[in-house]
Amino acid sequence: MATPRRSSVNPVTGRIPWILVLPALIGLVFLALPMVGLLVRTPWSTLGERLAAPGVLEALRLSLITATCATAACLVFGVPLAWLLARVAFPGRRLVRALVTVPLVLPPVVGGVALLLVLGRRGLVGQWLDQVFGFSLPFTTAGVVVAEAFVAMPFLVISVEGALRAADLRYEEAAATLGASRWTVFRRVTLPLVAPGITAGAVLCWARALGEFGATITFAGNFPGQTQTMPLAVYLALESDPEAAIVLSLVLLVVSVVVLASLRDRWVNSP
Amino acid sequence: MTLQAHLVVERPRFLLDIELKVDQGEVVALLGPNGAGKTTALRALAGLTPLSRGRIDLDGESLHDKGPERRPIGMVFQDYLLFPHLSALDNVAFGPRCQGLGKEQARRTAMGWLAQMGLAEYAHAKPRSLSGGQAQRVALARALAVNPRLLLLDEPLSALDAHTRVEIRAQLRHRLAGFAGTCVLVTHDPLEAMVLADRLVVIEGGGIVQQGSPAEVAGNPRTDYVARLVGLNLYQGSADGQAVTLDPSGIVLRVTEHHRGPVFVAFPPSAVALYRERPEGTPRNLWQGRISHIERHGDQVRVSLDGPVRVGADVTPVAVAELGLTPGQQVWVSVKATETHAYPA
Repeated sequence: MATPRRSSVNPVTGRIPWILVLPALIGLVFLALPMVGLLVRTPWSTLGERLAAPGVLEALRLSLITATCATAACLVFGVPLAWLLARVAFPGRRLVRALVTVPLVLPPVVGGVALLLVLGRRGLVGQWLDQVFGFSLPFTTAGVVVAEAFVAMPFLVISVEGALRAADLRYEEAAATLGASRWTVFRRVTLPLVAPGITAGAVLCWARALGEFGATITFAGNFPGQTQTMPLAVYLALESDPEAAIVLSLVLLVVSVVVLASLRDRWVNSP
Repeated sequence: MTLQAHLVVERPRFLLDIELKVDQGEVVALLGPNGAGKTTALRALAGLTPLSRGRIDLDGESLHDKGPERRPIGMVFQDYLLFPHLSALDNVAFGPRCQGLGKEQARRTAMGWLAQMGLAEYAHAKPRSLSGGQAQRVALARALAVNPRLLLLDEPLSALDAHTRVEIRAQLRHRLAGFAGTCVLVTHDPLEAMVLADRLVVIEGGGIVQQGSPAEVAGNPRTDYVARLVGLNLYQGSADGQAVTLDPSGIVLRVTEHHRGPVFVAFPPSAVALYRERPEGTPRNLWQGRISHIERHGDQVRVSLDGPVRVGADVTPVAVAELGLTPGQQVWVSVKATETHAYPA
């Protein structure tokens, strides 16, 4: 009996349908072209001196420091929050989980406004902070960290909660039968088991904090050396010195690519 | 150290309710089919599954109101659950560390256990690079390293391949014999239970159906499950001297023992003979049955028969060919009275 002739492209599913391939290619070009544009228009000859300009390094330094501090804060508060959501059945857990994801979908500018209303000098908590400790967060470097952490923390919490849910609970049971208290189980078994998830979450969180614009400019303002991070500097430079904006953008692009490369195995190449 | 426990775990559509008493140095095997509740019982002893009712006393000290981390237990899990991020050494040292030993001291203790298991050279290996037999021994070392008074083993050999299992079973038997505390193990493998345990507790449907020494249980099965495990035909009936009327078929079996009232009758499949024609001069223990299926069983052939009495018969492959046995066929079945065993129900 003769076997039916099959296309050599894919013996299982047959010919690739162009109705899918065409939009796919358009999508690819749409995503890649802006990067190409950035590279093409970069003033390569004057790149060195432009990078050395005082404002650039200052903004980059501020961005790296605030994004790292925000990520650290997210780890300290976000990992326990993720653990609580994943492991402890408490009333209103679904509501709490929904609240955690709100900053993910909230326009960052709105987040900035909300932060001002709470932590501003006349805000609900800010008023009290000002009276008791004599300090206020808005328009300070600490304010930048707060704004970035607010926007970036959901990324960490969701990633770590997912890892915790996927982890095999029986390892924790085994640890308990060996005499480990809940804190020891968390420290010596749970954390190492979900370490890849925490790393991935922290990198995503850091990248989001690094690119934060809306909440930062609303809550912390745009003071060079104090609250002017890279994205703010790019936006400002675009008005006065477009070439400077391109150089700053290139720096951010390089940082993003490095982040992407570090996640390559876990996210991009995963089936 | 004596364990006395009354374990009640209520679940939707499942109730575990068993009473256990295990003496110091005794190894008890909970034996039963899947879903019988034997692992639930073990988890309840460990404190991993909360009791609905009942109590657990070890030497008069009550354990049931303590969390697993405060019970003097060591547990070996079915697939060992060695911590994948720790070396074999640190897996074994985990328990001693939790008991307050310093890092170095805990590692020395762990090294001692690994050496006893013949695994000193694998101390720094990660669990994924260990063979099944090695992982099993590391898991046992980890459970013993906390100096438990109650050792719990959940299907300790089921994750091993057949060849390794025989070897590890012998080692495990040796270790358990040397263990001073109380030991409860769970298995669905009768051979494993009989080799490892001093006493079998058979659990079916959340309750104990039979218990006793391996020889007692094997020789006097009280449920179909146990009879099948030990490869016996088992019937209930009522005895009048050496004649037993089987329920519900009404067929009368001649046996060697004298009894009166409800009894079990057990006999091995090798005691059953099959004939195409009604045999001459053996009027007793004879009836007609229909072959339901035929399968190979070691170097014998196991013939299963329906009819008034369901029975399994072991015959040689030659006999199958000579008699021309096929499923669906009607044959005469006879059982030698001298190979039957009747005991009170």
